Amino acid sequence: MSIPENGYRDNELARRILDRIHTAMAGLDGVRLMEVCGTHTMAIGRFGLRAAMPDGLDLLSGPGCPVCVTPGSYIDAAARLAADGVTVVTFGDMVRVPGKETSLESARAAGGRVIVAGSVTAALDIAHREPGEVVFLAVGFETTAPTIAAAVRAARAEGSDNFSVLVSHKLVPPALRLIQDDPECAVSGFILPGHVSTIIGVAPYAFLVDEYSVPGVIAGFEPVDVLAGIESLVRMVRDGEPAVRNEYRRVVRREGNPAARAVVDEVFEPADTAWRGIGRVPLSGLRLRPDYAAFDAARRYGIDLDEYELPAGCRCGDVMRGRMEPADCPLFGDACTPDSPTGPCMVSVEGACSVRHKYEGK
Amino acid sequence: MCLSVPGKVIEIDGTKGTVDVAGNTVETDFTVTPDVQPGDWVLVHAGFAIQQYDADEAEATLRMLREAFEGTE
Ligand code: SF4
Repeated sequence: MSIPENGYRDNELARRILDRIHTAMAGLDGVRLMEVCGTHTMAIGRFGLRAAMPDGLDLLSGPGCPVCVTPGSYIDAAARLAADGVTVVTFGDMVRVPGKETSLESARAAGGRVIVAGSVTAALDIAHREPGEVVFLAVGFETTAPTIAAAVRAARAEGSDNFSVLVSHKLVPPALRLIQDDPECAVSGFILPGHVSTIIGVAPYAFLVDEYSVPGVIAGFEPVDVLAGIESLVRMVRDGEPAVRNEYRRVVRREGNPAARAVVDEVFEPADTAWRGIGRVPLSGLRLRPDYAAFDAARRYGIDLDEYELPAGCRCGDVMRGRMEPADCPLFGDACTPDSPTGPCMVSVEGACSVRHKYEGK
Repeated sequence: MCLSVPGKVIEIDGTKGTVDVAGNTVETDFTVTPDVQPGDWVLVHAGFAIQQYDADEAEATLRMLREAFEGTE
């Protein structure tokens, strides 16, 4: 029972692709490629790909770490719920992220009930078993939204009255637009998020070519995937022939996953949302539809999530837009380290600052 | 956070079932992949099978890459 996935870690093949990247870059300069998925950020760090790139080719991390872009007010609100006796269930990465006033870690230390789970299903199970109120922290991109939507729909079907979700879902295409609309950020090409694309498919990226003449490659997460994606982007930049290519066909279908999108559309609708350190971006997130308002923790507990401050001195907002290298933040490595983080990009294991510090020390 | 891992479906009962992920049996929800069958490969994210993993396509892409990047230029 083996899976061909291991072939994508073939060192020899990876080396050949890397050689070809160097060849293709001859005579080119100022090529800025951005990955917009935290899992890509980690892959690039873990496999040491940045240092292997030729001169003139920069790899930048985009706003693709959901934990990093979740507003500070959201963290504070979740911590307050835990302090008030609500069981808060969350993906693990959220626990240490500082809000403006507090964190879930502090709420837990003070006796609040904060449970880390790998799936929203765990929260629903607790709500079944116990009479108390349970809130799941619904963060993440298009990959995660279908799982939350399915759980909310199931909760309604069962008539659950003690389960709700605090929603801060984000959408990738509006984030790409935000980057390209800002002359300080604009990049030469995008390494597009493989697992977001399993859901949304290829079509939602067409505007990159049509409106911005910038190429994108949907890539997987093994070294061969990422390198082949970069090689393809460099050639498209060199030849001035932008296109959106799907190089992760083993899990990304052209049409994405229509069943997953149908559940999301049934439960959620697009909404303006605040990205921490970046600001409010029109229609860049999801909110529950009126039919599902009973499962909206923000409504249930009167929570207002409209703000996006960062801790003093933290430049995550600039880092996540490719305006600034993590190491150029004055706090990087000194006041801000993975053991004692200042900003969300250093807390999350897939935050740009954390990945840089861990794998490159700079 | 979009981390997803491939695994092989062991059994499915309605929308619930289990997937073998690298030797571990993982409880998995199949609400958004209603067509998968035991024995299929799927991509698992946050407790849900979010897409089928096409092992033939994985081989084909790899073969294509090997051909495209054969030898030196
Ligand atoms: S190094 Fe720390 S303070 Fe600076 S941008 Fe990164 S997370 Fe924020």
